[in-house]
Amino acid sequence: MPILDVQDLACRRGGRILFAGLDFSLSEGDAALALGRNGAGKSSLLRVLAGLIPPFTGSIRWNGEDVRREPYEFRSAMRYVGHADGLQTNLTVIQNLHYWAALYRASTSRDALEQALAAVGLDELADLPARMLSAGQRRRLALARPIATQPGGLWLLDEPTVALDRPSIVKIEAAITAFRAGGGIVIASTNAPLTLPNAQEIDVAAAIPSPEDAFGDAFEDALL
Amino acid sequence: MTAFMATLSRDLLIARREGGESLLAVIFFVLGAMLFPLGVGPEGKLLALMAAGVIWVMALLATLLALDRLFQADWRDGTLELMALAPDSLTLVVAAKCLAHWLVTGLPMVIAAPVMALLLNLPPEGWPPLLAALLIGSPALSFIGAICAALIVGARRGGVLMTLLALPLYIPTLIFGAGAVQAAIGGFDPSAHLAALGAITLAAIALCPWAAAAALRQAME
Repeated sequence: MPILDVQDLACRRGGRILFAGLDFSLSEGDAALALGRNGAGKSSLLRVLAGLIPPFTGSIRWNGEDVRREPYEFRSAMRYVGHADGLQTNLTVIQNLHYWAALYRASTSRDALEQALAAVGLDELADLPARMLSAGQRRRLALARPIATQPGGLWLLDEPTVALDRPSIVKIEAAITAFRAGGGIVIASTNAPLTLPNAQEIDVAAAIPSPEDAFGDAFEDALL
Repeated sequence: MTAFMATLSRDLLIARREGGESLLAVIFFVLGAMLFPLGVGPEGKLLALMAAGVIWVMALLATLLALDRLFQADWRDGTLELMALAPDSLTLVVAAKCLAHWLVTGLPMVIAAPVMALLLNLPPEGWPPLLAALLIGSPALSFIGAICAALIVGARRGGVLMTLLALPLYIPTLIFGAGAVQAAIGGFDPSAHLAALGAITLAAIALCPWAAAAALRQAME
């Protein structure tokens, strides 16, 4: 019985179909890598899965329930790390993390937050304003969010390893492995090196429809 | 309510970190009103006649000053997406941001209002209704303005557009707010005006967060 079940998913952006007919399902502990060239729709796929963009067609089911009809349970389980790191630069590292933990109803104790920071190697910088962080450190702080707001059931990571150095990538991989060992599901989009053992591959670029399908509606819109 | 309290304390914390920035609106409020005696001359009677209107118009403009930043920063750095994806409704988060905006700009204006009443020679019987009207009416300015701030998220030079959107929506608040003071000066009971103002504020608190949240979701698509 898959936990996350995606059927016939299509995404339309700016009158153009980015991908269509995407099917996959993931069970506890599974991982998937969204592959495809720049602009193929990897980020859009994750945004559709997260619920930021409504799907053009198709359905996303979480524990058998349509996520658009029953969003609460899905949102409680889902953690999304997008392109933007979502840092308020005037707050300190730990204040940023504290807000996210409160927002996602996780433990906001200093210990729990510092543990999450340690998992990404930022525990020494807890009281530094976020504006002092480098690009890679900001990325690590963004990735500390799903770690701090456990238990979650699904992580959606959009290019998680951008700007990260090798030791940091190893730490993120370790965190993902620990999360999967606890039954979590991870979907990541990436062009950078990221090793997810036994990951299913979702080729977004291969799910591009024929040009008539992609532009058919745009032509109709133009004629109407 | 977790999301509400968390967002409220976060926004207040940010306002404290930014320090002076949130005081700019109040300073603008006071400075702007100070220009009127200089512009129209120190004629006491004329100033007393205008005082309520001037104070309310300055309150509207000062509210707008900080409003375009209400969602813009959170939208740009991606925090808004995280807020929208949290288990609690985005509406609660928006309501918390409006309340924080009012605590940081609206409430200091109420506190600064007596200074302006003095500067503009407002008759003593106008003072209690002025403070009451500002206290009751100014939350509506933050909440109504949030819809406009949400609509311009992502737009270039949105600040000007937002002002044009918000000012017509502020007219009822202005009419009843200034009306309460004028009524009291004229020897009438201002409670009808204050009740109408309260109704506007309650409706704004109940409805505006929904509308603003819907506009924000649209902007994030």
